[in-house]
Amino acid sequence: MEFKDYYKVLGVSEDAGADEVKRAYRKMARKYHPDVSSESDAEARFKEVNEAYEALKDPEKRQAYDEVRRSPFHQGGSFQPPPDWRFDAGFRGGGFTEADAGQFSDFFRVLFGAEEAAGAHAAQRGPHFSGRGEDVHERLRITLPEAYAGARRTLTLSVPEVGAQGQLTSQQRTLQVKVPAGVASGQRVRLRGQGGAGAGKGPAGDLYLEISIAPHPLFAIDGRDLTLTLPVAPWEAALGASVPTPTLGGRVTLKIPPGSQSGARLRLRGRGLPGKPPGDQFVILSIVTPPAETAEQTDLYRRMADSFQFDPRAALKAEMNHG
Amino acid sequence: MAEGRMHRQIEATLIDETATFTMREVCEACGVHAERIVEIVEYGVVDPPSAPASQWRFDAHALHRIRRALNLCQDLGLNLAGASLALDLLDELGDLRARVAQLSRLHPPR
Repeated sequence: MEFKDYYKVLGVSEDAGADEVKRAYRKMARKYHPDVSSESDAEARFKEVNEAYEALKDPEKRQAYDEVRRSPFHQGGSFQPPPDWRFDAGFRGGGFTEADAGQFSDFFRVLFGAEEAAGAHAAQRGPHFSGRGEDVHERLRITLPEAYAGARRTLTLSVPEVGAQGQLTSQQRTLQVKVPAGVASGQRVRLRGQGGAGAGKGPAGDLYLEISIAPHPLFAIDGRDLTLTLPVAPWEAALGASVPTPTLGGRVTLKIPPGSQSGARLRLRGRGLPGKPPGDQFVILSIVTPPAETAEQTDLYRRMADSFQFDPRAALKAEMNHG
Repeated sequence: MAEGRMHRQIEATLIDETATFTMREVCEACGVHAERIVEIVEYGVVDPPSAPASQWRFDAHALHRIRRALNLCQDLGLNLAGASLALDLLDELGDLRARVAQLSRLHPPR
């Protein structure tokens, strides 16, 4: 199985003192807490940090862990104990103060005992009034086209379950989820009854997926609105033009009003993500200047300069004179 | 759930942002007592609905915010004042990041 390098997880050296370990844990916990971090694997990393601290904060556990770490069963990134190996470290009655019991890795449970890992769980995440199963919160990253049209995904989750002897374990569950069209970034979808199993006859909890939309090369996303930066030629901006413009639903023709400037914002109503009401697609014009590559082009530019008598810095100069 | 049903498609429902939850439903969802929710409102984590506490209604966004505040208190040892500040700053940070991302497309950083 995978060997967990707890020192590496916390970013401390093997001979770090208890204070240093505690400081490192607090820093990591703040950084990776799922409600602080927007990374899609924040939950997993947060659990990893907690597990590392559980192993290292108690001197007895830490010593036992160090022995295992230096043992011949630790090979590179894997841990291969012999089949009849039993770790007797005599851990009984040790309270788990900050950990969510059902979420420990197999590695931790092999070392410190599955019964230990089922410790004081209920006190941490609050009592459950009716034996209802835990709600599970996960993040799901989808692409922008998927957000527009809907997505089908297969998810593998770790869900807390209460076993026959009342011990808390983590079950792997695979689900095929159909995410509806028109999900805005940060929005959540709920799958009823797909959370943790209830205790006794209690109903199962729900699964909440927080949707994050991966950045898209063309469109910036703000809720259901999209923004596209559209390069245009100077004559298109000055004289106006009809230009083909991408939208998620296909190409449309955009009318650029004459006299447009760089940074001008045009709106394509209802062309953002679907919904009630659907979002809009905004188009920001970005005037691109064609380089003067031939003698004729250079000449054209010079004639423009003479013909227009245009000072782009007039307002700037006025400001400088007043100041 | 039987093995054979694992491959069935599960339809996820978009959380209706306009749906509201009662105080009791919020307490159950978060696993806390009503007094804690009142405290959370007092610290401005969510806008106080102008009615006696028993008649309060929370939308999905508020419920999510309450849950996040409770998590921060529990997991990081923040008090409610700290959690409230943290949530405000995180929201602002999110907005700013989105705006910077948008502006970077117009004016790519050197």
